[in-house]
Amino acid sequence: MATLQLRDIRKSFGAFEVIKGIDLEIDDREFVVFVGPSGCGKSTLLRMIAGLEEITGGDLMIDGKRINRVGPADRGLAMVFQSYALYPHMTVRQNMAFALRLARVPKAERDRKVDEAARILQLEPYLERRPKDLSGGQRQRVAIGRAIVRQPKVFLFDEPLSNLDAALRGQMRIELLRLHEELNATMIYVTHDQIEAMTMADKIVVLQAGRVEQVGSPLELYHHPANLFVAGFIGSPRMNLMEAKVVETGPTGTSVALPSGPRIEVPIEGGTTANGDAVTLGIRPEGLRIDPAGPIAGTVALVERLGGLTLLHLTIAGSEPMTVQIEGSDATRTHDQIRLAVDPAACHLFDQAGQALPQHARHPLAA
Amino acid sequence: MRATPLQRLLSFIFGWGAALLLFFPIAWMVLTSFKSERDATSPGLFFAPSLDSYRDVFARADYLSFALNSVVISVGGTVLALLFAIPAAYAMAFHPTHRTRGTLLWMLSTKMLPPVGVLVPIYLLFRTAGLLDSRSGLVMIYALMNLPIVVWMLFTFYKEVPNEILEAGRMDGAKTAGEVWFLLLPLTLPGVASTGLLSLILCWNEAFWSLNLTSAGAAPLTAFIASFSSPEGLFFAKLSAASTMAVAPILVFGWFSQRQLVQGLTFGAVK
Repeated sequence: MATLQLRDIRKSFGAFEVIKGIDLEIDDREFVVFVGPSGCGKSTLLRMIAGLEEITGGDLMIDGKRINRVGPADRGLAMVFQSYALYPHMTVRQNMAFALRLARVPKAERDRKVDEAARILQLEPYLERRPKDLSGGQRQRVAIGRAIVRQPKVFLFDEPLSNLDAALRGQMRIELLRLHEELNATMIYVTHDQIEAMTMADKIVVLQAGRVEQVGSPLELYHHPANLFVAGFIGSPRMNLMEAKVVETGPTGTSVALPSGPRIEVPIEGGTTANGDAVTLGIRPEGLRIDPAGPIAGTVALVERLGGLTLLHLTIAGSEPMTVQIEGSDATRTHDQIRLAVDPAACHLFDQAGQALPQHARHPLAA
Repeated sequence: MRATPLQRLLSFIFGWGAALLLFFPIAWMVLTSFKSERDATSPGLFFAPSLDSYRDVFARADYLSFALNSVVISVGGTVLALLFAIPAAYAMAFHPTHRTRGTLLWMLSTKMLPPVGVLVPIYLLFRTAGLLDSRSGLVMIYALMNLPIVVWMLFTFYKEVPNEILEAGRMDGAKTAGEVWFLLLPLTLPGVASTGLLSLILCWNEAFWSLNLTSAGAAPLTAFIASFSSPEGLFFAKLSAASTMAVAPILVFGWFSQRQLVQGLTFGAVK
């Protein structure tokens, strides 16, 4: 049972402010992911929660108690590091039991807890080995096991999967979700990989340059990005973003024109723009489809065939290049001339300041 | 890459050349200690070996009490230096400030001062504090003398330990002392051991302070050697016998610990 509140949390290194006032509520048993490009401050924020970095300003509360000045050992949190940070001179069992040994837990209970964690993580055959005799995935599981045995209030993960190869990463994602289910614990997870964020989070916190860009469920962020940064960061392949001009506004929708001519109707609320406004149009790659009668014409520059999906990279005369995502294997080839139709629900408009203009309807899963 | 025969020959010559050059004075000293006083000054390699010099040396001075002083003072100085250096190096390696580099350099710079420059003040301090000719006085001065080197060496060993391992320990509930005792020391044990060995050797062979601050009671083996040098003219055979006996323990000790020493002193150079 643990809730966390961050109130105007700040961090400066000398005169340089890296965390610029973060407010955040984390509920009990929530899986929260901090995501952002490198250098956005997500790891620093996690380390501040852990107690490994001092908090320059603001309040950090766990279960309603301010713990800014409580040492990392006494916060009741456990952390899994990117480099695993296992103790090389100890066996797997000793690694996992270390925290309990420091807490003077009797040996029998220590062994019971370690055995239990080893069972959950399928580490039983390796308990007497040293970290150097384990594979990357096994080391990762030991690091998680070290956290589990302490039954912490909150689990902190600092890019735990980034040292694993792609196949293992996919597998560990599922294991971590299963673990979250089984342990019923609050977890905070830092990553720069938006796929990890999308697949694992109950709540994603998108950070950039020490500020929160948006907080929401994965689908909320995907279907209703608050601004250009989130729109570009969440979703793979990236959302197509292009300059456009408002040509018609009405109660049910707004029409914009691309520089190359085609007009596209976007279902945003009326009264938020005026004719002639310069805006940025965003279209998700799966919101475009090949249609000989469609408004946008382009030339295929590159085809990526993933089997279940086909990605077409198009060049558009007078506008930014676009990516189209098509279900299944598609016959389109490089240098083909094609026309595209647009699904209005996959379109977003952003004003000059990069803020999203409110859409008419919310996506049913992103209420 | 395999060395060519010429390279192997050259490294053979240089390697053995350097080794023999360094070993020669010791070998010559040992050789001389078995000569008679008359043969001692002649460079001859053939002589009738005798233990006369050793017998004389034993008869004239209490070797064992000097040796005991040496052991107590060297071990004491080394342990005291480590006691201060381990926390100091920990602080500098894992919680550096913008002054850490400067502090390290300043500590080393004290080794650039010739000891004789502070002899008079130290002597007066020792006299006032009643530390002259006492083992505890020498333990203190040796610890202080080696502290910069010991801190520097430990600092470089600690630097090799990833900070995240200590942070993981902190998250696991370790306080500073626990971090050092359960994680840092076991991880850097070869380094700490070789640092201690080097400090021990430096203490054992130190002569300046031991000659100036002791007379009889606390005098270590360096003073024992010195007592055979000047007053009655030079008796090389006896002097050599005394020196051989003085260096023998540390030589044997060094032989047994050479693996640790080499490992420690080249630590970090080869990953």
